[in-house]
Amino acid sequence: MSEDTLKSGSRLERTLVAGEFAVTGELGPPKSADVEIIERKAGYLKGVVDAVNITDNQTAIVRMSSIAAGLLAMKHGLEPVIQITCRDRNRLAIQADVLGAYALGLRNILCLSGDHQCFGNHPTSKNVFDMDSIQLIGMLKGMRDDKVFACGDEIRNTKKQPVVEPRVFIGAAANPFGDPFAFRVIRLAKKVNAGADFIQTQCIYDMDRFKQWMEQVHNKGLHEQVYILAGITPLKSVRMAEYMRDNVAGLTVPDHIIERLKNAEDPKEEGQKIAVEQIQEIRETPGVSGVHIMAIEAEKTVAGLVEKAGLLPRPQ
Amino acid sequence: MIVAEQKPFDEIYERAKRHKKILLMGCGTCVTVCMAGGEKEVEILASQIRLAARERGDDITVEEHTITRQCDDEFFDEATARKVAEADALISMGCGVGVQFCAERFAEKTIYPALNTKFYGATVEQGVWSERCAGCGECIVDQFGGVCPIARCSKSLLNGPCGGSSDGKCEVDPEHIDCAWQLIYERMEKLGRLDELEENKPLKDWTHHRDGGPRTVTREDVKL
Repeated sequence: MSEDTLKSGSRLERTLVAGEFAVTGELGPPKSADVEIIERKAGYLKGVVDAVNITDNQTAIVRMSSIAAGLLAMKHGLEPVIQITCRDRNRLAIQADVLGAYALGLRNILCLSGDHQCFGNHPTSKNVFDMDSIQLIGMLKGMRDDKVFACGDEIRNTKKQPVVEPRVFIGAAANPFGDPFAFRVIRLAKKVNAGADFIQTQCIYDMDRFKQWMEQVHNKGLHEQVYILAGITPLKSVRMAEYMRDNVAGLTVPDHIIERLKNAEDPKEEGQKIAVEQIQEIRETPGVSGVHIMAIEAEKTVAGLVEKAGLLPRPQ
Repeated sequence: MIVAEQKPFDEIYERAKRHKKILLMGCGTCVTVCMAGGEKEVEILASQIRLAARERGDDITVEEHTITRQCDDEFFDEATARKVAEADALISMGCGVGVQFCAERFAEKTIYPALNTKFYGATVEQGVWSERCAGCGECIVDQFGGVCPIARCSKSLLNGPCGGSSDGKCEVDPEHIDCAWQLIYERMEKLGRLDELEENKPLKDWTHHRDGGPRTVTREDVKL
């Protein structure tokens, strides 16, 4: 595919279009204005992943904005995927931020509904939810392809000035493990219909259920319309595995994985081994275009994991 | 109905003791049904205030009065006006509408709310009321099997459940909140209309909701 048929021209898009098995990572902005943390985390991920999600007040805890942190990460050689949730901003604020992000050179945006504020550090706040993640995808596609705002106005400063639309690569999340299970693939189809270019899934431990979901994806032919990146979060301990199983809605951690961690001399090492095996299994699953590695506050470990999975060096 | 619940007693009493003669006004409609501010609740709260006043040595007298509806002019009769005139202040056991309507009728009196108004809801079992409507001004429940995602999904999602739906429950409070989308899915499945849930719902027009500013409904055909 030539440069002018690309939707955004981002590295992530080029990697996927070229048919390479993509690797994305995640970088949580600091809970302060500390730039050094971003520089350090960016250092761990540079050259290791094709693009990095910059989270947007994840788990409803205030952090540096995803656009600001994304720009800083980009200055350090990473390609950011800016996460935008519907929890904190209405359609005016989101569109303004999308224009701003694009003007700053950011090319990938991931659309999320957002964790409810009751889970974070400002539970007494008011949420917005002017729209949901699927409507957000549609709004970004409208801005990029139809060159109009959500209200229908053209994206130009005045009638005499040119249309300058934000040409972004549009991402969305999918949780193959939430309920009702049968609705999960319908929801994915709606995201594809709305205009999602790529999907990153919730982290996968229950490989059987993931494959079941992928089968449904195949039956609907969705894998041919959207790039699917499977979510991986390396487990660090038995406690973490049990926490994920018991406290994250819609996430299952099978007993055999917990057993392996329990019996391991070094559970952290075992967690990495499990993740490498998962990546290999995912690579063999038809219709999956890459992995999305969410190493929560463990960005340092990503390089080793990607290397052991045989995914280095990354295409440039 | 409008569902409300009584404020903590100390909060009410702290306001009551600022005055010598209190008129405690109940309402005979929604808050009677949800057992928050009807004649019976007026009687109980009045007794509690009197008892507390005696124990704490405060000089408060409490009159009780309940009218059919605090949100309708026709029920504010002469007897009500007389009782209000004799009181130093009012405590309304009506919903937020009733409190304000009383304030509009009796501009010279200070008025305190005794209830926290919660939502438009239904009695789901004796002693349990649950939210059903958010008053968005443009009813769309037919598209969702008769279950409103605006009022009943914690994120008001129009295109399906978020990742926080587990075993039919919402992660915001699995003990008390059903996942609205689980309910929608089950209803639409029963109706044989699951295919309709595959349609992408466009952005909602919130101008009919509170976002269009405080709302008024005018019916020219019934105006006097």
